[in-house]
Amino acid sequence: MFSEYLFFIISIAAIYSALMVLISKKPIHSVLYLTLCFFAIAGHYILLNAQFLAVVHIIVYAGAIMVLFLFTVMLLNLNIENDFKKPRLIKFAAVISGSIFFLLMIAVLKSYDIAIVQNPALTQIGLVKNLGNVLFKDYLLPFEITSILFLAAMVGAVMIGKKDIY
Amino acid sequence: MSIFFILYKLILASVILLVSLVIAMYSTLIERKVAGFFQDRLGPNRAGVYGILQPLADGLKLFFKEEFMPNTADKFLYILGPSLTMMVALLTSAVIPWGDSLVIGGTDYSLQIADINIGVLYVFAIISVGVYGIMIGGWASNNKYALMGAVRAASQMISYELAMGMAIIALVMMSGTLSLNEMVQQQHGFHWNVFYQPFAFVIFIICAFAECNRSPFDLPECETELIGGYHTEYSSMKLGFYLFAEYINMFISSAMISALFFGGYNFPFMDDLGLSHNALTIIGTLVFFVKITFFGFVFMWIRWTLPRFRYDQLMRLGWKALLPLAILNVIITGIVIMIQNHV
Repeated sequence: MFSEYLFFIISIAAIYSALMVLISKKPIHSVLYLTLCFFAIAGHYILLNAQFLAVVHIIVYAGAIMVLFLFTVMLLNLNIENDFKKPRLIKFAAVISGSIFFLLMIAVLKSYDIAIVQNPALTQIGLVKNLGNVLFKDYLLPFEITSILFLAAMVGAVMIGKKDIY
Repeated sequence: MSIFFILYKLILASVILLVSLVIAMYSTLIERKVAGFFQDRLGPNRAGVYGILQPLADGLKLFFKEEFMPNTADKFLYILGPSLTMMVALLTSAVIPWGDSLVIGGTDYSLQIADINIGVLYVFAIISVGVYGIMIGGWASNNKYALMGAVRAASQMISYELAMGMAIIALVMMSGTLSLNEMVQQQHGFHWNVFYQPFAFVIFIICAFAECNRSPFDLPECETELIGGYHTEYSSMKLGFYLFAEYINMFISSAMISALFFGGYNFPFMDDLGLSHNALTIIGTLVFFVKITFFGFVFMWIRWTLPRFRYDQLMRLGWKALLPLAILNVIITGIVIMIQNHV
């Protein structure tokens, strides 16, 4: 009962902030609304009994990625006038591609039959112990391959960042 | 969950909130007294005996100062900045185990507000969110010195968070839990983590200084280069919030250091005293606060002893010294644990 109310409050917060990301005029407000949206999604994870996922979501997205976003936007100091006057052709292209994407989403959702969802409170998969067991026993190889991918991405980023080394 | 339980938690939360605020308030006085001691002068001694009323006078002064807001500032974000900093600073105290449990009438009353099983990660989430208040405030003031301070704060905090996390991972590997309460319980008696993980402790305390923006890492508010850093344009109680949040952060960091590495509410020979559970809990809480006070003093000691780093030195220390050392520590801990399990 109580968690149902929470679900609605958090959902409204998530949808509102996601909309405000698009609507707000200043880029910096958009970034902050996106951060708010991530917090709302983390709240949903907690309601689904996935505390570990929720906290990692906040650490990685709100704590690292969005800070870097904010950083970039602040340093570039994007002006409102310059950035929101786009040529008409680009506006048309944006509307058409957006509509096509919307159609695609509807098509995907229509053909997808919702699988039987297990009650997350019963499976306890979101708790760190169970998640660790699954990751390091059943899905060890994919997990390690993913970490190698991340390492490669990190090395690549450093290479791009260093201009004087070829 | 009975209504009584909720009421108990509410009272506990209010008490801890009040205690953190009072301690932060008096740390400002102690800081100035310590500074006076280090510089061979008296420090504030006009308001009350030994200047005991000085924090009250400072607080009143901040409230009655003129409220000034720059013309070109983003109004909402300008106010949001200090509020966010203050809120985030107070959030961490929810998972710190302030003491063992009190048994009253057969019921266990834990002296921790929320014993969540991911306590350590929760603290990290809060620390990583802590930078928003400074960044928002610095940007919203629309002043290039404030922006420079905010940018410095952000990059400094992100850099040192990594090494801090790695230092804690070694600890988590050793204790096998992410719950702060369990971590403290495992250090029962004199089995403090600092004896098993001295490197992790050194890395953690350095990173804690950097995360609190304390000297020698106080570059975000470096006066000689940036006027006042991210709070250049702030006045009155909004400035007070920024300054106050720093002292709360200091208090919470000292509590975290004592809980993670120095046994929290445990003390040597606690089982030999033959005291009842409740008495042990109360003494344990007092011991915990003694440890916190000591680390609070270390924070001040270092501030008034060491000069400030240069910015490139700060970055080099974080990325090229602390992070590799922390990773090395994790690897060594892993090897030792593996050997122990196979022997």
